[in-house]
Amino acid sequence: MNANGSGPLSLVVVTAGTGDPSSTRMLADRTAQRVSGLAGRRGHEVRVRVVDLRRLATEITTALVSQLTGPNLQDAIAALAGADGIVAATPVYKAGASGLFTSFFQVLDNDLLIAKPVVLTATAGTARHALVVDDQLRSLFAYLRAAAVPTSLFAAPEDWADPAFDKRIERAAFELVLFMESGFARQIKDESWHSYQHEFGSAGGTETGIDLDTDLMRLAAGGGEPAK
Amino acid sequence: MQFGVFSVSDITRDPVSGRTPSEAERIDAIVRIAQKTEEAGLDVFAIGEHHNPPFFSSSPTTLLSFIAARTEKLIVTTSTTLITTNDPVRIAEEYAMLQHLSKGRTDLMLGRGNTAPVYPWFGQDIRQGLPLALENYNLLHRLWREDVVDWEGRFRTPLQGFTSIPRPLDDVPPFVWHGSIRTPEIAEQAAYYGDGFFANNIFWPKEHYMRLIQFYRQRYAHYGHGTEKQAIVGLGGQAYLARRSQDAVREFRPYFDEAPVYGHGPSMEDFMKMTPLSVGSPQEVIDKTLTFREHFGDYQRQLFLMDHAGLPLKTVLNQLDLLGEEVVPTLRRELAAKRDPEVPDAPTHATLVTAKYGDRAPRQPRPNANRGDNVTGSSPYQDTDTKDANA
Repeated sequence: MNANGSGPLSLVVVTAGTGDPSSTRMLADRTAQRVSGLAGRRGHEVRVRVVDLRRLATEITTALVSQLTGPNLQDAIAALAGADGIVAATPVYKAGASGLFTSFFQVLDNDLLIAKPVVLTATAGTARHALVVDDQLRSLFAYLRAAAVPTSLFAAPEDWADPAFDKRIERAAFELVLFMESGFARQIKDESWHSYQHEFGSAGGTETGIDLDTDLMRLAAGGGEPAK
Repeated sequence: MQFGVFSVSDITRDPVSGRTPSEAERIDAIVRIAQKTEEAGLDVFAIGEHHNPPFFSSSPTTLLSFIAARTEKLIVTTSTTLITTNDPVRIAEEYAMLQHLSKGRTDLMLGRGNTAPVYPWFGQDIRQGLPLALENYNLLHRLWREDVVDWEGRFRTPLQGFTSIPRPLDDVPPFVWHGSIRTPEIAEQAAYYGDGFFANNIFWPKEHYMRLIQFYRQRYAHYGHGTEKQAIVGLGGQAYLARRSQDAVREFRPYFDEAPVYGHGPSMEDFMKMTPLSVGSPQEVIDKTLTFREHFGDYQRQLFLMDHAGLPLKTVLNQLDLLGEEVVPTLRRELAAKRDPEVPDAPTHATLVTAKYGDRAPRQPRPNANRGDNVTGSSPYQDTDTKDANA
């Protein structure tokens, strides 16, 4: 059951890994499986949807330069709009998250991910990149006002076989499950959505109605009587 | 239904010849394009307003009055006039003058402008862009309807006993369209005054405009100007035509690929799928344009972007011939046949005069002699009775 009391929970995995197999995708899948397992033990069915940014690469760059959102990108946005939880996964290049990954989140409307719980994950070729997750991904998702869970996941080559890493995955997955089952994001949307800034047509078109009771709306109507 | 052409006045390198026209060439070309718009049987020519290269149109009323003098029936208008960085008093004066000189063949489209540096050039703050637009239009609306205005607001020096001259032709202000693509407050203002609402309909998928136009229609009805379907809606669009579809695609592609705004981005095929752009045979352009009505409802004005992205003048003129001969007559016929009989045409000066005066002669304000100022006395005009005080 999801937080509305009906249907499965929706988990969206966003991965910027490009190899096949991709270690970034492997980490994301491992996290998503753990989320599903933990949630299952607590009586929740989880539906996992993977957004593979490699397949959206040209639509993401098109959106960056031309305001045009292609059909696959629209589909990904719709999935995120309906997500109860997110696993975000990127490889680290040149001391930063993949440009594909950051570009994707930069073309989304600012309010699409408000209050949504997210596990931040990254992989790299060396442990020297370990702080990229908490230094860069966390600030990106803070800007989007998403709820990044306390435990981030970072895998350098030596981590893959380390039991301690598996414990961290367990911890991060459990944090996400608790957020998801609490219905935190949905409650924000239902009860407090108006208190966040929105642009017309944003939030994947799921924004609530236009507020007529504002100073600007009164100015629009000649500056006179309140618009009813 | 009105059909026309709107230009953003860009001066863009022709990617085929490699040549960039001079400002002088483009200014001459735009006059020729406007004349051709009339010769091709279209109704409206609109020009944008910009204050930076690579555009040339900083002085729309000067340009449009010249075009009006060289045409007979064409309605000249803007796309858009900047209601933020222009003083509303200057807009009231300049467009009233244009309206007189063109004998009523003038209307006006307002927009906020999206070039950030323009605001400080004209002493304004872009962070105040929306309240500035709303307040300025509230003032402009009064300046055209009240002979003497007392006014005070946030953004402009107060006015006491101010008369904007000349008074509008026949004391009927030009019809106003409010252009917006993402701002409900602008749609609300258009609805409040019973003005027109224009969506440029160029870059974005239709769903975005559909929501805003629906909001405008609802609010138009809310304010008692008519039913939702009677609201006055205008749409942009862009087309490139050739008798054979494959020729259109081949000819236009280099211009599309290098066009300002969307060049170097999506493929032309994707852009056509997702936006109103039609590149193809006259029948394909007709079919696509007819879908606009299905998405947005019956509407009153269709403007096409035809002269951008470095297209040479000769090509643009050929395009206008094709549009006038092969596309617009069919669209007029088909749209008239489909149109709800309750839906009105776009207002023109003639219909607005009839609506205001019926069979009576329109008012022609005559100033009192040697009055010297507008501050003392009742009215600067001889006809001081109240029948025209319809603010």
